Amino acid sequence: MAEYKKPTSEAEFEKNFKQKKPLMNDTEAYYEASRCLFCYDAPCIQACPTSIDIPLFIKQIHTDNVTGASRTIFDSNWLGNACGVVCPTGVLCEGACVYNHQDVPPIQIGRLQNYATNKTIEADKVIFKVGKSNGKKIAVIGAGPAGIACACEARTLGYEVDIFEAKAKPSGLTVYGIAPYKITNEEVLEEVDYLQKQLQFNIKYNSAVTSKKQLQDIENEYDAVFIGVGLGATRYLGLDGEDKENVIGAVEFVEELRMKHHKLNVPKKVVVLGGGNTAMDAASEAARMGARKTVLAYRNSKEKMGAYGFEYDLAISAGVDSLFNVTPIAITGNGKVEGVKFAKTEMVDGKLQTNMSNTFIVRCDMVIKATGQAKQGHLYDLIDNLEIDNKTRIITNNEFQTSNPKYFAGGDAINGGAEVVNAAYDGKMAALGIHNWLTK
Amino acid sequence: MVDLSVNFGGIKAPNPFWLASAPPTNSGYQIMKAFEAGWGGAVWKTLGVPVVNVSSRYGSVNYRNTRMMGFNNIELITDRPLADNLREIEEVKKYFPDHAVIASLMVESRAEWEQIIKDVENAGADGIELNFGCPHGMCERGMGSAVGQEPEVLKTIVEWVKEAANVPVITKLSPNISHITDPGLAAVQGGTDSISLINTIKSIVGIDLDSYAPYPIVDGKGTNGGYCGPAVKPIAMHMLKDLAQHPEIGKVPLSGIGGIETWRDVVEFILLGATSVQVCTAVMHYGFGIVREMEAGLRQFMEDKGYNTIYDFAGKALPNVTEWKHLNLKHKVVAEINADKCVGCDLCYIACDDGAHQAIALSDDPTNRIPSIIEENCVGCNLCSLVCPVEDCITMVKKDDGTQNLTWHERTENDDIPVTFDDDRAGGKGHFVPKPTDALKR
Repeated sequence: MAEYKKPTSEAEFEKNFKQKKPLMNDTEAYYEASRCLFCYDAPCIQACPTSIDIPLFIKQIHTDNVTGASRTIFDSNWLGNACGVVCPTGVLCEGACVYNHQDVPPIQIGRLQNYATNKTIEADKVIFKVGKSNGKKIAVIGAGPAGIACACEARTLGYEVDIFEAKAKPSGLTVYGIAPYKITNEEVLEEVDYLQKQLQFNIKYNSAVTSKKQLQDIENEYDAVFIGVGLGATRYLGLDGEDKENVIGAVEFVEELRMKHHKLNVPKKVVVLGGGNTAMDAASEAARMGARKTVLAYRNSKEKMGAYGFEYDLAISAGVDSLFNVTPIAITGNGKVEGVKFAKTEMVDGKLQTNMSNTFIVRCDMVIKATGQAKQGHLYDLIDNLEIDNKTRIITNNEFQTSNPKYFAGGDAINGGAEVVNAAYDGKMAALGIHNWLTK
Repeated sequence: MVDLSVNFGGIKAPNPFWLASAPPTNSGYQIMKAFEAGWGGAVWKTLGVPVVNVSSRYGSVNYRNTRMMGFNNIELITDRPLADNLREIEEVKKYFPDHAVIASLMVESRAEWEQIIKDVENAGADGIELNFGCPHGMCERGMGSAVGQEPEVLKTIVEWVKEAANVPVITKLSPNISHITDPGLAAVQGGTDSISLINTIKSIVGIDLDSYAPYPIVDGKGTNGGYCGPAVKPIAMHMLKDLAQHPEIGKVPLSGIGGIETWRDVVEFILLGATSVQVCTAVMHYGFGIVREMEAGLRQFMEDKGYNTIYDFAGKALPNVTEWKHLNLKHKVVAEINADKCVGCDLCYIACDDGAHQAIALSDDPTNRIPSIIEENCVGCNLCSLVCPVEDCITMVKKDDGTQNLTWHERTENDDIPVTFDDDRAGGKGHFVPKPTDALKR
């Protein structure tokens, strides 16, 4: 089990957050690419949410046509570089690789993908072309992966695109919400910069859409609107003492971490509530920030966790402890957090029951709630006739069009929280949906 | 008890693993090092009037992750003075009296041949090899493959050499010719004691896409090189077989050369009639140490099969290498896929559908990627088993009962072969072929 020292410099931070999928060098890429069998109707393509022609780009890497490989990747996925490293490839393309059936390690598709696109981005190779202007304009709300993908695709179709972004940086959770050992800020921003330079979409930063007036102006100026706003802040759990100092949402924690790096102070004992991938990330990150004790607490059994097995393993390998079948009932402390009071849970007739007679306190200095994000409700309320499902997801048809025909949507806003690759797919397809609708 | 020693047309060596005349045999240092490593003989880098070489000299064909699957060179014969080479031959023989040291020679006039033969014999060479194969540079000067391609000239020189030489003579042939038996027969008629083959094949291994020059590039230009390495082994084995099966040529010992790297290669060459083998590219790639794998493998093979000497199995495959017309048309094999081993890459499906006989079907169930053989369409071509990446997953299963034997030759004699363009006796008559438009349905 790894023991991490509290990082006190950027160098120490980088050491603790060493990239999980480091950039391949030319030799490694050459040999790894040579292993690809070039399967017919390859299972890796089928497993990729954006259907990248993986055997083709691997063959292109092997034949030293790295630019061609990047074209193949970006043709299907505008965030091809980021996805190479942040995608859970073990359960997607690499999980589908036929080598798995032979107990041979699968092709490292993600790293090969990142190798090709990174090389092309570093060389600033021009491979995209803006479509001939059709005089129409699209507004994109949110410069996350869905919004960026939508903007890129729309530009190739000849639309003017303005992105309205609430924050000061593009790419949403890719830069604000993904564990730092999966991708660096620089790499995320370089990809967006690379795309923006060639496809010339505008991003208006610090431009959250919060009023009916703003929305009306947008509706008047633009022919269609894409909503790629993701999810909101961490949901309030309604626990006693939840408003104490050092009780923080996981999304907010990761965002602070990604912006402040070693300057973020993580105290000695941390409890992370939740059993999803975000909880695993937050716990792993707290440990890497030098927390002496990090405890993951999940209300159900280990098997019921939403997190991928490899994400849980990664957290454990970072030194995280775990508690299962416990639910928080209060946060204790005097102003500041001093502990979490848990009650044991158990399955009774297929239902999870809390046993209030069996409670205990885990002492800690910080509580990270990785228990889900709220919807971007305020914006949705401003849009006429926007239908939302009972899990607060925007409802779209298969063209990614919402119940208000001028509005399209994609990413976490419609799926309730998934991968960057899903958002990238949605954004691209929504641009095609808009195009179909506007040219009907 | 396995005894690897050989007497190759009068040249004795502790084993049949010899170094071919090439860069690894450029000096006494290299040859002593090789003998120490376990090589039984070495053919010295061709001696003659020393040349001037260029830089660079070698080019390579890489395949997937394999470097130097094919290799070519534009290096000429020795560029070292003859006296230096002779002194080193003498020194090597002093340290290794029982190993075979063979001097490869290439000169022009009869007088030169007679002089250099005397010189190398005096230095202690156990035999001489006539380089009639080099296909680059030297051939422009009327030597090397220029001789190997003119059987009459070749025969004349062999006669000169045989008159002058007291040690055994090996004639090394060029593969850059239509029928290897033409120079082979000329060599035998000239009186050669044995033959070695193949020398390298004229080749261009690649073009640089920036300078538009062939590899290896010498200041912006290149020339054809001599191709060798694993890629040429099948060509070499075929030519070896042609000589070994020839009633006249087959009587002299044959030394096999061409892409030999492992014990398997060695055994295959011996099975086709070679009684010594010569190696170059594998040593240039991996060093002299590879001989350990060759020797251990050959010994293991011989122990497993119960052979004492390589002569016990030399040429054993030759009776089975026949003409097409003598193959049994009644023999029938069909591919079988082991579903437990199949990983679902479906390469067999696409290879068969696009490249062969449309005899493999994908499953209708999208979650099942294991294809199946359509037995009535399968012609037993092997392609699927060759592309399958899993060991022993696709096997070819015998379907005929072994009682019938009918060859094209017999059918011809029985007047039972297709003779018109639409003859009913065509082999593919009635065989399933999809409609052309079926291709558009996918």
